[in-house]
Amino acid sequence: MFDSSALLRQRFAALRSTAEVFSLRHVKQSHQSLSVRRNVAEPPYFSQDEGAMLSVRVNGVEAYAATADLSQSGLQRALEQAEALARQIRPHSLLDLSGQPAPSQRHDHLSPNLDQPLPPLAECLQLLAAESASVPKDSRLVDWQASLGITHVEQTYLNSAGAELRHAQRFVFPGLGVTASDGADSQSRTLGRENFGQQGGFDVVERCGLIGAAGHVADQALQLLLAPNTPSGVRDLLLMPDQMMLQIHESIGHPLEMDRILGDERNYAGTSFVKAEDFGRLQYGSTLLNVTFDPGIGEELASYAFDDDGTPANKQFLIRDGLLVRPLGGALSQLRSGLDGVANSRACSWNRAPIDRMANLNIEPGDQSLEQLIGGIEHGILMRTNRSWSIDDARNKFQFGCEWGQLIENGELKGVVKNPNYRGISAGFWRNLSAVGDRSTFQVLGTPNCGKGEPNQVVRVGHASPACVFRQIDVFGGDA
Amino acid sequence: MSTYQQRFEGLLGALRAALQPGEQFTLGYSAEQSQFVRFNHAQVRQAGVVSQASVQLRLVSDGRQAEQQITLGDDAELDRQRLYEALAQLRQTLPLLALDPYLSLDQNAWRSDSLQQQPLPELDEVLAGVAHEAGQLDLVGIYAAGPICRGFASSFGAFGWHQANSFNFDFSLFHSNGQAVKANYAGQQWSSDTFAARLRQAREQLQHLGRAPITLKPGSYRAYLAPAAMDEIAGMLCWGGFSAQALATGNSALQRLYSGDAQLSPLVSFSEQVSGSLSPAFSDEGSPRRDLRLIVEGQAQERLVSARSAAEFELAANGADSYESPCALSLAPGDLPSAQVLERLGTGLYISNLWYLNYSDLPAARMTGLTRFATFWVENGQIQGPVSTMRFDDSLYSLLGSQLEALTCEREMILSTSTYSQRSTGSSHLPGALVRGLTLTL
Repeated sequence: MFDSSALLRQRFAALRSTAEVFSLRHVKQSHQSLSVRRNVAEPPYFSQDEGAMLSVRVNGVEAYAATADLSQSGLQRALEQAEALARQIRPHSLLDLSGQPAPSQRHDHLSPNLDQPLPPLAECLQLLAAESASVPKDSRLVDWQASLGITHVEQTYLNSAGAELRHAQRFVFPGLGVTASDGADSQSRTLGRENFGQQGGFDVVERCGLIGAAGHVADQALQLLLAPNTPSGVRDLLLMPDQMMLQIHESIGHPLEMDRILGDERNYAGTSFVKAEDFGRLQYGSTLLNVTFDPGIGEELASYAFDDDGTPANKQFLIRDGLLVRPLGGALSQLRSGLDGVANSRACSWNRAPIDRMANLNIEPGDQSLEQLIGGIEHGILMRTNRSWSIDDARNKFQFGCEWGQLIENGELKGVVKNPNYRGISAGFWRNLSAVGDRSTFQVLGTPNCGKGEPNQVVRVGHASPACVFRQIDVFGGDA
Repeated sequence: MSTYQQRFEGLLGALRAALQPGEQFTLGYSAEQSQFVRFNHAQVRQAGVVSQASVQLRLVSDGRQAEQQITLGDDAELDRQRLYEALAQLRQTLPLLALDPYLSLDQNAWRSDSLQQQPLPELDEVLAGVAHEAGQLDLVGIYAAGPICRGFASSFGAFGWHQANSFNFDFSLFHSNGQAVKANYAGQQWSSDTFAARLRQAREQLQHLGRAPITLKPGSYRAYLAPAAMDEIAGMLCWGGFSAQALATGNSALQRLYSGDAQLSPLVSFSEQVSGSLSPAFSDEGSPRRDLRLIVEGQAQERLVSARSAAEFELAANGADSYESPCALSLAPGDLPSAQVLERLGTGLYISNLWYLNYSDLPAARMTGLTRFATFWVENGQIQGPVSTMRFDDSLYSLLGSQLEALTCEREMILSTSTYSQRSTGSSHLPGALVRGLTLTL
């Protein structure tokens, strides 16, 4: 672990610069992707990536140069490129960051269970093959796939103020999906995949429930194929954690990103219906809504000690008792907006610069069991597992779809329905939050695929949530 | 020969020399030197340069295959060492695998070369142009420029090289009321005059956005979808719509079209038009790409078939990428002159851009999304004012089927602005579409 540190330290110390502040962020990443589809192993895929971003501040203007040439001359060349660029853009620069302090801490952060080896490749492939083979033989089951993605990341941040921040992390993404089709209609049921990933070791595969799940997942895909469409109308909506994570992500996370509020993302990811003056004033949701930025749940995807700009990460309430109190804004956004934020300045790799991102964005558990949540609904629907997401550029008007729906009548779960969709408006939706599940309903989930930024970046984000009930939501099914 | 190509060929030579009897390989190469400048309020928000290169090695032996991608630096000896390490890891992996029944390689020896090295503008020229033309405007966006390279070689003697200098300035102009118009200037040869003209055009649209916004109720509306809006719809079809694997496994939005249970308007003819596009002439699997007629006059024709799908589903491979997504989707033009769009629209919506589409019912090709940027309410051929953001939810079989009235005779070549992992070489060539009814839901 951190094999490159000594050499990086030495080369960083030898760099020559006229910048007020300069830094090096080195990222080394390896990935392994295994998959068995319809009982045939797909070709295994591996990757090895390593490079560094040199960032400078010259006369208050910042710029960067990213390179995979980690030799002394390669790093020096990149540093000088960044310096020249900072000078070049100075007359046109939006920001003057003269005199802003640079971090100087030293710290190491490791994923939980990082020292525990994962099963060897052949064993992982056997596990996936066994799961694939457990899918029942039924001509309507036309596609199925068991997969396992494993990513190791080591990052070292050094700067001219003396900071040395390192993290070593391992991310595990198990997945299973089954598609049933009758020729005209198709329905899929999944476990894990884009809706689940954690830091850790083989314990992540166990927590996902992948082993032994194929029969159950296939059965649910077949149930959906035979199920009626979700009826249209207004109902109470019980969202399970694997849909709550998407609801949090799109209609709380993105609107609270400070760089969107400051306008940086207006050309691509969009803006926000939230304004800077709303913090401390806007009743975002009902008093049951408590949302935290929490980098401290070890296995959650975006747990870390410092963000990629070197700001220490601590748990903070963004929404407390429904009141909006704090944005998702890193050190630079805090400076620009004058608002307190969080340590969420993040980059996807060495070749992209840090910007405001979600990290671990969670809903704190309430006090009701799942039975109590269902029992409190007279006319409603349970939805689980996101499959479709769409929201406007101000993160207000949304429409989301799930894989699995089950009607609720007079406090009891009833029949399965397919194509469960719902729509609403963020600004009002969270005020309809009427019940929050307790810790027994709470799950730590996350996705590897949050896209944003110019140039574009995909980062891993964590979302932990209990099941939640929303009153009087517009739900509907599909055409089939 | 460029420096990039020399590096690629150096690695290729090393790999050939290291190959053992019975082994075959494919080697893909990807590199770029990119200048990225983000703008906010017509000033530079963030700027940097990124130099990156990687190879993707696939080793095949004894009916088994595995792949590894490695990042390259600038040191030829170190890069060779990394390649040898990748080769060693793949050699260790192959014996652990079962025979791959769908292993299928293009064993033809072919050669393809494309090298376009037109000079790009100096950054100072671009910055001065923005300051001069947009200094008083609220411009936000990104300028991305530099060379892009893609290479491919195999132990069967195939060799492809694609290198081009390009720029893509993707930006929006915002009115003080929050309404905005989107514009783009992309290509291989920068012209200050053309850039100024693009900005002028966007600025003119911005004037319409100053009028009081109009809020519509949900319902069905007559609408014109400009090429950029059509690009979002076409982009959805690229999510497995034409993929042989997705079509065979119930995961394509066009499965009813390809099974003959549904059809689009006879006005609709989609093709994969690689020739003449900015994409490499060869696929990531190492086959020369082909132009393909995907939908002809509303009826499904060819699909995108990778070598692996060909083996699995007993089809003929046709040069598709491994993920079977079009890289140069083209929709045939219609007969509506763009100059007559407002007149033919009469009363309805003029939609410049759509945003964040997704499927609400995939097998039914039913999709939802939102209006974004300059969307106007038009009455009797006259723009009345901007429309507040609205959501639509409609089937492709309606939008490009029963409700399609006309396609424009002019088309736009839209170059992808995607920079996820690397700058994209994808493009689409699309007309605008006039539809009798677009269902707005929220």
